Amino acid sequence: MLQGILFFFVIVAGTLGELCISRAMKSIGEIHDFRPRSVLQFVGRALQLPWTLAGITLMALGFFSLVGVLSIDEVSFVVPFSALNYVVGALGARFLLRERISGRRLLGIATVVVGVTLVWWSRH
Amino acid sequence: MDDHHHSRRLQRKTIPFILLSVVMMPLGNVLLGKGMKGVGSLQRVTPGDLLPFVERTITSPWLWLAIACFLGFFVSYMLLLTWADYSYVQPASAFSNAIVALLSYLVLHEVVSPKRWAGIAVICLGVFIVGRSSPTSAPAPTATGKA
Repeated sequence: MLQGILFFFVIVAGTLGELCISRAMKSIGEIHDFRPRSVLQFVGRALQLPWTLAGITLMALGFFSLVGVLSIDEVSFVVPFSALNYVVGALGARFLLRERISGRRLLGIATVVVGVTLVWWSRH
Repeated sequence: MDDHHHSRRLQRKTIPFILLSVVMMPLGNVLLGKGMKGVGSLQRVTPGDLLPFVERTITSPWLWLAIACFLGFFVSYMLLLTWADYSYVQPASAFSNAIVALLSYLVLHEVVSPKRWAGIAVICLGVFIVGRSSPTSAPAPTATGKA
């Protein structure tokens, strides 16, 4: 039960957090300059965006849940299992970020789900 | 500049950042796993034991090493997301699953069953399929500057 709740936060809060970050980064636009000073300026600018802050909060929630779940289960189970965030991520990218998901990407994501199912079975 | 050229240029820039995030993330996970194995299971913690549990967690050096790896991952990931689609980047980073399994087996000495290896291999196959699609669904900039 506790594991279920923790996994829910790892997957859903973690993915929603990444979607928020992605939205914030798209509003900054493509980065061409990778000198340390410019990267720091980029981080400073990104941290002022509400979407970045919402993203960091959600990802922090996901992180603390990951810490909790790793105290219970093995790393080689927890990490592959949390690959389920590809499904949440694809749905979010499609409906929140309005990205176009091609047939090939959908096929890839479906394959990931099959793999996660196998990992789940490996537990019993 | 045509769509194909634009996509090739983006892919050349995207791959080093994907590699960086693909290494940092599993390393962080394995360090965190190592730390939490020493801290003990949250499932056996009663409400009264919660504070000592948190204290044991935040004083573990493994946790802080893991956080440093996650930060490295996070910055390269943010840079990546300024030009590449989230739905392209996220599954590509699933290669972490194979690296995590390998590190769990080698460093943490976890028993990884054949079924689990198979599942991880299938996850990587899914990642490979996604990785062969274009990094961005945004149209390429044209010579006239019109989108």
